[in-house]
Amino acid sequence: MNGSGYEAPRTVEETVTLLQQANGAARVLAGGTDLLAQMKMGMTSPALLIDVKKIPELASIEQTADGGFRIGAAVCGAALAEHAALVAAWPGIVEAARLIGSEQIQGRASLGGNLCNGSPAADSVPALIAAGATCTIAGPGGTRSVAVEDVITAPGKTCLATGELVVDFRLPPRPDGSDARAAKAGDAYLRMIPRSEMDIAIVGAGVSLTLDEAGVCTAARVGLGAVAATPLRVDAAAAALIGTTLDDAALAAAGEAASAAARPIDDKRGTIAYRKQVAGVLTRRAAKIALARAGGNG
Amino acid sequence: MATAEVDQQKKFKWIGTRPVRPDGLDKVRGRANYGADHALPGMIWGKVLRSPHAHARIVSIDTSKAEAMEGVHAVITAADLPEILSEESKIGEGPTNFRDLSHNVIAREKALYHGHAVAAVAATTSAIAQQALEAIQVEYEVLPHVLEGDDAQAPDAPILHDDLFTKGVEPRPTRPSNVASRTEMGRGDAEAGLAKADHVITRSFRTKAVHQGYIEPHAVVATLGEDGRATVWASSQGHFMIRAYCAKLLGMDQSQIKVIPAEIGGGFGGKTTVYLEPLAIALSGKAGRPVKMVMSREEVFRATGPASATRIELRMGCTKDGKLTGAHARLEYEAGAFPGSPVGAAVMTLFAPYDIDGCLAEGYDIVVNKCKVAAYRAPGAPMAAYAVETVVDELAEKCGIDPIEFRLQNASREGTQSAFGPKFKRIGNIETLEAAKAHPHYSAPLGPNQGRGVASGFWFNGGMQSSATVQVADDGTICVVSGNPDIGGSRASLAMMAAEEFGIDVKLVDPQIADTSVVGFSDLTGGSRVTFATGMAVVDACRDVIRQLRERAASIWGIEVDAVKWSDGAARATNGDAGLEPLSLRDIALKAARTGGPISGRASLTARGVGMAFAVHICDVEVDPETGKVDVVRYTTVQDAGRAIHPSYVEGQMQGGAAQGIGWALNEEYIYDADGKMENPGFLDYRMPVASDLPMIDTVIVEVPNPTHPYGVRGVGEVPIVPPIPAVVNAVHAATGVRITELPLSPPRVLAAMDARRN
Ligand SMILES: Cc1cc2nc3c(=O)[nH]c(=O)nc-3n(C[C@H](O)[C@H](O)[C@H](O)COP(=O)(O)OP(=O)(O)OC[C@H]3O[C@@H](n4cnc5c(N)ncnc54)[C@H](O)[C@@H]3O)c2cc1C
Repeated sequence: MNGSGYEAPRTVEETVTLLQQANGAARVLAGGTDLLAQMKMGMTSPALLIDVKKIPELASIEQTADGGFRIGAAVCGAALAEHAALVAAWPGIVEAARLIGSEQIQGRASLGGNLCNGSPAADSVPALIAAGATCTIAGPGGTRSVAVEDVITAPGKTCLATGELVVDFRLPPRPDGSDARAAKAGDAYLRMIPRSEMDIAIVGAGVSLTLDEAGVCTAARVGLGAVAATPLRVDAAAAALIGTTLDDAALAAAGEAASAAARPIDDKRGTIAYRKQVAGVLTRRAAKIALARAGGNG
Repeated sequence: MATAEVDQQKKFKWIGTRPVRPDGLDKVRGRANYGADHALPGMIWGKVLRSPHAHARIVSIDTSKAEAMEGVHAVITAADLPEILSEESKIGEGPTNFRDLSHNVIAREKALYHGHAVAAVAATTSAIAQQALEAIQVEYEVLPHVLEGDDAQAPDAPILHDDLFTKGVEPRPTRPSNVASRTEMGRGDAEAGLAKADHVITRSFRTKAVHQGYIEPHAVVATLGEDGRATVWASSQGHFMIRAYCAKLLGMDQSQIKVIPAEIGGGFGGKTTVYLEPLAIALSGKAGRPVKMVMSREEVFRATGPASATRIELRMGCTKDGKLTGAHARLEYEAGAFPGSPVGAAVMTLFAPYDIDGCLAEGYDIVVNKCKVAAYRAPGAPMAAYAVETVVDELAEKCGIDPIEFRLQNASREGTQSAFGPKFKRIGNIETLEAAKAHPHYSAPLGPNQGRGVASGFWFNGGMQSSATVQVADDGTICVVSGNPDIGGSRASLAMMAAEEFGIDVKLVDPQIADTSVVGFSDLTGGSRVTFATGMAVVDACRDVIRQLRERAASIWGIEVDAVKWSDGAARATNGDAGLEPLSLRDIALKAARTGGPISGRASLTARGVGMAFAVHICDVEVDPETGKVDVVRYTTVQDAGRAIHPSYVEGQMQGGAAQGIGWALNEEYIYDADGKMENPGFLDYRMPVASDLPMIDTVIVEVPNPTHPYGVRGVGEVPIVPPIPAVVNAVHAATGVRITELPLSPPRVLAAMDARRN
């Protein structure tokens, strides 16, 4: 690990300037749970670390006027779990973020870091994809909004250009379920690891559903992790759920669609056959949990 | 040996209690000094250059660029160490040849595995040392390599050692081979026994290399002065072993090397040999400065010794009413780059729990281009138990007999002729099985997708040489000095035995581990031997002191020593001599200067009468039918400890062995790519269980005292890793109907097996 320079700007603008000046030699530092580990292993030695945890927009969570949420890119997992309204609306995202590492890691690890590290196995990403989250990217040319599934382009690579950083994640409004006859929604994330914690997902599956007052699924999104070079949005699995009450046949069809969409590799962590099969299993199971959270008859 | 026996029925004051361990507070407060904690003025940093090839001839090594670098003080290669002749060592835990050891410490002529040390540097900072490594130019001639035991035996396999001819076969081979040796052991006629059987099960098993998983990577600080004297601070399982090995490898006298033991952060057999120590001494000699070397976790995985990968073919048979009649096993154990897998111990132990009419085990020690294996807790036995105990389970099932009942029917007991030589003396095999059968766990109801497995395990335990001195301070407190690093709470146990002997409070006993110049030779901490053997030495040394205390009391009183006895912490006149108040340890210590000077005792011995150990484990698993993930939901270990001196540390050994064995069964494995490079040299992908993976591991200590130990001790450290693999595998079978004959039982393998059965 080299003695890197360190800056802790207070604004997004300053950060963009610093990133631009460094011209690729700087790295954004959020929780550092990926970055510092990579530096220690000698995989990277940036000349400048730009700590973004002191920028208010990146360090806060708020409910937006439309009833959705804005989550700062550098907010740590523990802080997500302490936000009661977020937990109530998006339990699947929070549970995915909470799976990252251990209690100590949770005090640091952020959604922005999880996404921008670019791992196909990043746990929060399939849940964010399922949620239909977008992220706000700021850069020299202003800000743009990009769907989470479009950020990671290859293992370790993102669509961010030099000078850009992720400012926040935007989650759409949820039907609040306050009225028994109104629409309801739920989301869930599951991952397969051989151990109970401190491991990398062999497969991850996030599902988000909306049910109408009759319990019929009107909208669904499915995200998969660790089964392709990038996290995937699987529309065919979602389509298998929409219009159904998530009966066994619909769940089985969604699972099959997820298995079919998976394009994994054989590696030390799992085989192609296993990952495809379990992608289906977890999609089915996550859908059932999301259904139960939406108050459906799971 | 002088040790007299203690009445086994006697009520003890300290034995069997649970005082706070003397090393505990320093460890939990972070004050304990482990290998990497030591530092000296002027110290510099050593690092090792490692082979990027699994098998390559070293054509040349150019160190000039590295040597010229600012801050670099020394660079060494094999040329800086003496050439060592082939010679068997008697010091370590398993068989070791000094020439091989030397070549493993630093490659000479050939690099034999990816990660094999080829050069080392010492520099003022570790960053400079790292840069210097990169400046060393090694020209390799890459050779074809062989990674698996099966392939190593093929007629056209690349040969690792041109001078390795299979030992133990007739006629003596004329061509070199990767099969280092063949051993066999048995009793009766195995084939005749199998022919008598109504049921014969034939199975082939495979296991992967696994790591001991000690938390502390290997670390050393060494100085070698102009006078040719070296001092070494190192964490290991035996500082006398380090002294002897370094002396041999560096051509020094043992009297020129002093080794000071550090606190040890786990070893489990993995620290019973040397890697860095000879290099650190050689670098220090060349640099004229103290040198510190600390392995990274990756180096620990790539270049230190795991347990062997194995292939075992087993046939076992029994009559329809469940009498084992015959068994035959062929065991192939990978040794890594140099001969010396623990296959011999496997051959000896695998049938030990059973009284089988005829049995034969053949063992093959096979070299491959992977790091040299080292001891790991009951070396060789867990893989063999995997084979035998799962086949026994299958035979019991075939006979329709409860698996513990089946084991009881066939259990070896006192007087049974073992396959490895002696008739069993007093052993607790039956008692352990009966305690397991009676345990509520064994009859508890199971939930959906759950299954229960049981398995037995056996380990001989070690005796070997130990020394101790016991010193009395003039305030009547005691210092117990021994030469064995404490890896399992042995300081507590030694102090308790001393307190029991003297009849004083254990708090008045200070147990210390002394360096090689202070205490007599002691074999390493291994073979579950320290509480047993070093305990015997401590008891003998205490009795030496007690004899002197009686003599001092006799002289103070002016009576015959025979008229003085020692009990309850005081000398007492036995003939009721009127008016002679007992003299406490403190009373006598205070007067020592006037009655003949300081009082101390010593003992050095080769411990005989080792108490062999048996264990039975009960395991409940729940298997996810759709993902193949196995969760251990309940686990009970039952073990004969002889007598538990400090039950908490016996339980700790039982739980630790079970935890390691469960990891071995479920997820641990060295994964190599086709080039022989380990792909998972870290704890993220080398998956040991984490705390949340395991249930509370229940313990039942059975006490069948070892009649030859003054307190009845049997070793307890190793046998608990023998039953877990088959206990888990049998439980998975009970839950799913599949018998998996290849480790680990990772989710993909279990799911594939379940799917194969379902289709
Ligand atoms: C012990 C341990 C266990 C772990 N377990 C898991 C696990 O179970 N699941 C899992 O998914 N991950 C796991 N991780 C990986 C890591 O903790 C997560 O990916 C975490 O979310 C990273 O967040 P961070 O804030 O620490 O990122 P950092 O390390 O600070 O950053 C990661 C990368 O993203 C970039 N970056 C960060 N923020 C931004 C931003 N706002 N804009 C642009 N680029 C940015 C950084 O420059 C860097 O390249 C584990 C790590 C450790 C050390």
